[in-house]
Parts: sequence; C-alpha cells; structure tokens
Amino acid sequence: MTTIGVLGLQGAFREHVRSVEATGAKALVVKKKEQLEDIDGLIIPGGESTTMRRLIDKYDFLEPIRQFGKQGKPLFGTCAGLILLASEIDGSYDVHLGLMDIKVRRNAFGRQRESFEADLDIKDIADGFNAVFIRAPYIEGVGEDTEVLATYDGHIVAAQQDHYLACSFHPELTDDHRLTSHFVEMVDQSKKSLAF
Amino acid sequence: MSQTGTDRVKRGMAEMQKGGVIMDVVNAEQAKIAEEAGAVAVMALERVPADIRAAGGVARMADPTIVEEVMNAVSIPVMAKARIGHITEARVLEAMGVDYIDESEVLTPADEIYHIKKDDYTVPFVCGCRNLGEATRRIREGASMLRTKGEPGTGNIVEAVSHMRQVQSQIRHLRGLSEDEVMVYAKENGAPFDLLMEIREEGRLPVVNFAAGGIATPADAALMMQLGADGVFVGSGIFKSNNPEKFARAIVEATTHYDDYKLIGELSKGLGTAMKGMEMSTLTADQRMQDRSQ
Repeated sequence: MTTIGVLGLQGAFREHVRSVEATGAKALVVKKKEQLEDIDGLIIPGGESTTMRRLIDKYDFLEPIRQFGKQGKPLFGTCAGLILLASEIDGSYDVHLGLMDIKVRRNAFGRQRESFEADLDIKDIADGFNAVFIRAPYIEGVGEDTEVLATYDGHIVAAQQDHYLACSFHPELTDDHRLTSHFVEMVDQSKKSLAF
Repeated sequence: MSQTGTDRVKRGMAEMQKGGVIMDVVNAEQAKIAEEAGAVAVMALERVPADIRAAGGVARMADPTIVEEVMNAVSIPVMAKARIGHITEARVLEAMGVDYIDESEVLTPADEIYHIKKDDYTVPFVCGCRNLGEATRRIREGASMLRTKGEPGTGNIVEAVSHMRQVQSQIRHLRGLSEDEVMVYAKENGAPFDLLMEIREEGRLPVVNFAAGGIATPADAALMMQLGADGVFVGSGIFKSNNPEKFARAIVEATTHYDDYKLIGELSKGLGTAMKGMEMSTLTADQRMQDRSQ
C-alpha cells in the first residue's frame, strides 16, 4: 500500500492526513527524519514557514528531505510548504529546500484581512476547485521544466515539476480531495518506476 | 469571484497556527526574539499580563505605535488585544491590518454584558473560555479561535488545566446525550442548541482551542498539549524569565514534541529562573481576570 507522509512539525498536518485517507491511501505523520524511510511521498503542509524552517533545522530534516526528493520520491508543498520547496524566495530570505525551480513571494496577497477563497481551474486535475488562500504566497516565475497548473488574478498559484507539486492555497481545508488524489497518483507512479 | 473574511478563511488562519506557540511581546526587539525562536505569531501589547496585574488601573488596547512597530519588525502574523465589548478598539486594530484580534479579559472590559459581534469583521478573533457554554457563545458571536482563560499573569498553570479539562470533558459528556437531552443541556449551559448538535456529531469544537493563562515552563506547555490543546499562548512566561531567548526556544520545542519526555528534560536544564508565579488562593475576587466575562 502507498504510504504518504505528512511533515508534522507544525501547522495543518492533521487535515492533510484526513485528506490523504479520504483518497484511500495510508497517511503517516512524520516528526523524526528516520520516518522518511517508511514513506513513498511527502506532503509539506501549511503553517508558518519561518517556524517550520527553524524546526526543520533543529531536527536535521533539511538534507534528508532533499535526498528524499533527489531519489525521485514525490513531494507536495502547500502554502508554507511551497515556500520551503522553492529555489528562489523574493526578498532577502534564505532558500530552504530549493528543490523546485520556482521563484516565490511570501505573503504576496497581503495580510490576514486580505485572505480569501475563490474557485479555480487546475489544469487537467480539477475545474471549479474551491481554493482557500491564507496569507498566501504566489509564484512569480517558473523554470523551463515547471508546468503552471493554475493562476489567480494573473499570478501563478499551482505548479508541477516532474515529481514535485506545489500550490499557494490549502486543499486540506475543504472536502474536495482532487488535488490530493493527483498527488497520490504521482506517488503510485513513482513507486512503480522506482521499483524497476 | 473571490471572498474575504469567510469562516473558512478566518478559522483556517488559526488552523495554520496549530502545534505552535504565540508569544506576548511589547516591542520590536522582543518580537524578533520570538520570531527567531520559532513563534507562529506574536501578540503585541503595551504590557505583559503580569505587569498589567502589578500596575492596576484600567488596561486598554495598546498604543497603535507599538502594534505598528511590531508589525514592521516581523513577517509572522501579529495579534493584538481589544477590550471585551469595545467595538471601536477592534475596528481600529482591524483598520491597522492586525492579523488577529484577541477580545481579552486581560484588559479591563468595556462592556459588562455584551461581547463584540465578531462575525461582522473581516479580521478573525480569538476569545477565552472556561467551559463549553462560554466556548459556544463565543463561536456564535463569531470567534474563529478559542483559548482557555486560565489565570493570566500568574505563572500558575492550574486554571488553564482546569478550563481545558472542563471543555474536553463536556464534549465527551455531550456525545453521550440523546437529542432531547441536548436541549436541556443547551438551556442549562446557555449554549446554542444547533452548535451543540454539531459538536456532538463531530466530537470536537469547530475551531481550534489553544491553551493560555499561566504557562511558565516548557513542561507547562507540553502538559497543555498533552491535555488536548491545539497550541499555546505564552504571555508573561517568556519575557519575565531570566533568559528569554533560551526560554522561548525551549517552549517552542516542548510544544512540538510534547510527548518526548527525555527531550523535555534536556530542554528544561539550566533554563534559569522561571517567572515567580502566584498561588490562586492569594488572589482576591477582583484580581481574578477569568471572572470578567461569561
């Protein structure tokens, strides 16, 4: 059975677990780096990116997660998770995992009072997807190999590069599991190809 | 079509704070220490609760200069407190762009009967509660997040423990009630019937519930997580300790790994003195902040 890990240092990880389980896959909350060996794909949830980065450093997660991705195992970052995956962050912030060829801007839509929900079309995955944006980042630019999956108001809010998936909104806060299903399929695929 | 200020957006913001520590700060320098230590948000105040207690008099919303200074200093969300029922203080904080408002019994109430009708606002609110009645009334008024009241500024965890246990135990009790019994329970607790039915079905509150009011050590924070808190607020505990940087880091780590006792033991070594703390029986009735609202 496919096991999806959800990085459980801080943030909305229980909601991701619920969403993964709703697609029929098994979910595991990952709090220690040794647990990366027990999973086929990893979701980095929404939360506070600064806080998560500090805890990632504290528990030596940075390099193990990088290696996990470089082995070809899929990663899915939502909101803060997207920031952690990015290769370039607008402003003076350090790059975190740097696995995905995207440039992001933090808190790009403004403060909490500007947070919103809107219906989006996610290319080949979901039409009319109820996307919840909370102090969300957006993607300012993508590399050649990165496919734009969704935009809002002219800004990129979802993208995929091979086995890396990222979005600036929170699919785990609604009962629409189509984007999570897409990630679970990515993990199933990679499991098959990595088995050869 | 996009919509701001929906329940999902306001409650979702609190969901992102789960498993984290929200720290009281009184200036930019403390806010940076908090952010650096891994706080998920800061609460901008003129004085921490222990100092409010010591100063006496009327405690009001902080000077907007302090709130602005803190907002400019950090990229994590900034919360601020408004007096209970003070519609204008809340509107001012909303207009300033504060990310969350705490309608708080730590400040002197502006209204002894009515709370703010919080669902009229785009900015989300957090409120204190001691039991399921208070919790559900605040949610119906529009609170997007709850916290225990505890007894602020005392460094004594006993009241926060009691409030967290009370809410949890009432939820468990509610689950065993039949529908006709829920109506009587609603009447007895002054709780909205439909919301009780929803909580009975789901087995949990529809918003996150943090611990607050008396957390002074890493072990206190871990205890509250163990009892089912979604995260913790630390008020006076950090910047009233001897070594705020170290203390702040230790509390963040103990909250993440609340069931790793060996680690909490390590974290608690050589932290220096925690804030002094107060015994509940030494407080007179008018010193009990938790009794300022129902």
